[in-house]
Amino acid sequence: MNDINFLKKIALQVRKDIVEMTYHAGSGHPGGSLSAVEIMVSLYFSVMKVDPKNPDWEDRDRFVLSKGHACPVLYSVLARKGFFSPEDLKTLRKFGSHLQGHPSRLKTPGVEVSAGSLGQGLSVANGIAIGAKMLNKDIRVYCLMGDGEIQEGSVWEAAMTAGHRKLDNLVAIVDYNNLQIDGWVEDVKGLAPLADKWRSFRWHVIGIDGHDFDQILSAFNEAEQTKGCPTVILAETVKGKGISFMENKAEWHGKAPNRQEYIEALEELGFLKGGESID
Amino acid sequence: MTKNTAKKNTATREAYGEALVELGRENRNIVVLDADLSKSTKTEMFAKEFPERFFNMGIAEQNMMGTAAGLAASGKIPFVSTFAVFATGRAFDQVRNSIAYPGLNVKIAATHAGITVGQDGASHQSVEDIAIMRAIPGMTVINPADAVEAKAAVKAAALMEGPVYIRLGRHKVPVVFDEEKYEFKSGKGVVLQEGGDVTIIATGIMVAQALEASKLLSEKGIKAKVVNIHTIKPLDEDLIIECAKQTKAIITAEEHSITGGLGSAVAEVVSERFPVPVKRVGIKDRFGQSGLPEELLKLYNLTAEDIASAAAELIRKK
Repeated sequence: MNDINFLKKIALQVRKDIVEMTYHAGSGHPGGSLSAVEIMVSLYFSVMKVDPKNPDWEDRDRFVLSKGHACPVLYSVLARKGFFSPEDLKTLRKFGSHLQGHPSRLKTPGVEVSAGSLGQGLSVANGIAIGAKMLNKDIRVYCLMGDGEIQEGSVWEAAMTAGHRKLDNLVAIVDYNNLQIDGWVEDVKGLAPLADKWRSFRWHVIGIDGHDFDQILSAFNEAEQTKGCPTVILAETVKGKGISFMENKAEWHGKAPNRQEYIEALEELGFLKGGESID
Repeated sequence: MTKNTAKKNTATREAYGEALVELGRENRNIVVLDADLSKSTKTEMFAKEFPERFFNMGIAEQNMMGTAAGLAASGKIPFVSTFAVFATGRAFDQVRNSIAYPGLNVKIAATHAGITVGQDGASHQSVEDIAIMRAIPGMTVINPADAVEAKAAVKAAALMEGPVYIRLGRHKVPVVFDEEKYEFKSGKGVVLQEGGDVTIIATGIMVAQALEASKLLSEKGIKAKVVNIHTIKPLDEDLIIECAKQTKAIITAEEHSITGGLGSAVAEVVSERFPVPVKRVGIKDRFGQSGLPEELLKLYNLTAEDIASAAAELIRKK
């Protein structure tokens, strides 16, 4: 059912979209978008029940992008899934666009939760998960956070709530790319031992390579089988993944590629071969 | 329902607790969240009758606001309660970004507002909550005058779409309105008394003081118009301008800082549309302190006498 080659093909397109969107915007956050590509493609093209023709479908699964700055990857995946036209992607961050610099649920079809101020998404995801349980509906809630983001104290308030309330319809994913704006997470304010932290907050913890589709899909499957507590997936990733000059560089957290870098990136992804026009 | 509250001094938080229980019976989508203060905020009344719809989030106000946002996104109507300092201060960013920006249907009912908290002192006395909430785009701000108005406002808020901030008090205050006749209309100021010399525009527990002040003024032959502004945002601008035109002088009265609260809101609209002298009675750029509510109201010049003397002085300047 899960055709990995199909997912890989979409992931490549999404990487191209991220580079293209931020290039056209002249700003944005490519690094933490590229690190989350495989996770996001897995969610929207294999794991989650969603209907792009009916974005408000009552029984849909819910996705919360708590690391709101990574919205290029969310917008790309939503567009490729059919929530809106991929043509719109080039309007990212532009005046009048529905694709705001950070996600807005009032503007973009498929965006469930407005985000941008870090550390808030897991609390909102808790509320949605509690609401789903009250309705006795089989709705699953997914919340993607950054590793730097979980330095925010409110994340741990939310972690405590989800553990206490045994929200087993909730899955948190930490995009563990080890970098934040000012450098290595371990230098700025270290998280280790991160798995122990979540376990002590009464979560089931799964560690994976966040770029390996087999591992991602099996982790989401394990999360669904886990009853009586929420699951967190600690996904080891590479910031800027797929564009070699962006990989593992904090400076690509919030910087757009210039024209030359854009061409190089497309070439590396295999989209430009021998002097094609990019315009 | 027994009318045990009639004419007896009652805290607006008590009325909130009663209103929640009635709402809970009427509408299954009502849910209530608290942060370990359910006895003080009176949400425990709801918790006892509807335990499955009550969520004690522990001492975690930011998480509580975010969770309420998520519940609203799932179609529930969450009422969220803690003390006003914590609701608007501790959890400001969640109120702004997780609730108001996405326009979610969350009702923030904050108790223990103002200095009449009393002996807990300044850390627990919000003097700036109206200013903070008023500045958030799309946030409705309601400050009931008494238990009757509080109950009606809470019930009305449940029927409104979008975020609402309701300011409630700890202290027992006089019941001003008749429960049988009272009708709450959001965004509409209420003329409680006619008079042509000066208008006293009051909000919250200062409404009772404003009515007292008008009696003191009438003894001096001054006829004061008294207006209750329960909804500070959206503000009933037309009524305020009508008062400015009629009496040419306005006193505002609030148990809140004069920076950013009712006084500021009134001064803004009057200066733009029909400038007349305005004097703001309220807390003047100070924190609160420990003491009994009556002692503090005196110290911070929030009594009927203070309103009356401010009015008499303002009339001399007309």
